Amino acid sequence: MSTIQPNVQPVSEELELVRRAKRGDDQAFEELVRRYDRNVFRIAQHITQNREDAEDVVQDAFLKAYGNLAQFQEQSKFYTWLVRIAVNEALMRLRRRRPERTVSLDEDVKTEDDSLPREVADWSPNPEQMYNQAELREILTRTVQGLPPGFRTVFVLRDVEGLSTEETAEALDLSVPAVKSRLLRARLQLRERLSRYFQKRVTGDGNK
Amino acid sequence: MKCTEFLDELTNYLDGALDDRTKSELEDHLAWCHNCYVVCDTTRKTIEIYRNSELYELPDDLRGRLQSAIMTKCAQHKHKKPE
Repeated sequence: MSTIQPNVQPVSEELELVRRAKRGDDQAFEELVRRYDRNVFRIAQHITQNREDAEDVVQDAFLKAYGNLAQFQEQSKFYTWLVRIAVNEALMRLRRRRPERTVSLDEDVKTEDDSLPREVADWSPNPEQMYNQAELREILTRTVQGLPPGFRTVFVLRDVEGLSTEETAEALDLSVPAVKSRLLRARLQLRERLSRYFQKRVTGDGNK
Repeated sequence: MKCTEFLDELTNYLDGALDDRTKSELEDHLAWCHNCYVVCDTTRKTIEIYRNSELYELPDDLRGRLQSAIMTKCAQHKHKKPE
């Protein structure tokens, strides 16, 4: 069975852009914006689940990065640092919208494990083709939105955006074991929920 | 390897982060345990489907507006800074 590797971008060219931006070259900063605005928007939408909030997060995260570039330590990747800023902005907006609930990355660590597989029916060989694009998008959006924010954020950074486990831990200020444990539970919960839509359909003549 | 041990290693397995010995123990388990095989296979598909899903793509017109708003605000921020 094949494994899944995240996409990793070369760092050195990026570091050069960051250094130019630090020296006041706005074109270099604009290049960084163009490089990562789509990612920041996706992450912000996943966390806030709200388009206007996501737009604000994109603007505020880049502005904050711009204003604090001097603080950026070059041991980590610029993108990881930017994601950390964006996640904090997004969580702040989520809290504002849901003042009745405490929203933090720690809220959903329960002792009982609700992620253990219960439904183990096999899926159709090409699950994406069972639905049209709009239906599939709706299913995937609703399913990932059903995860608690702490799981959702880890899943999105690690599996959708392709950050490494260590980078995800750094961006979220979590330990590596905490990221791994949340990622496993997020993946298993999503799998379980998607099984409802993607499992093999039994046809009338008894063939699967 | 028991099913619970398999689950503990599932994320490392899918991420290609296992040493050869644990990987081979896990694959032995998958060879005879159908439930774990299905869980592993459908979890891998879950990740792939989300990775390919293009949820929340930023539309070009909105992207252009956001980029110019960001750069305008950055310029204002620069001018506010004391020399």
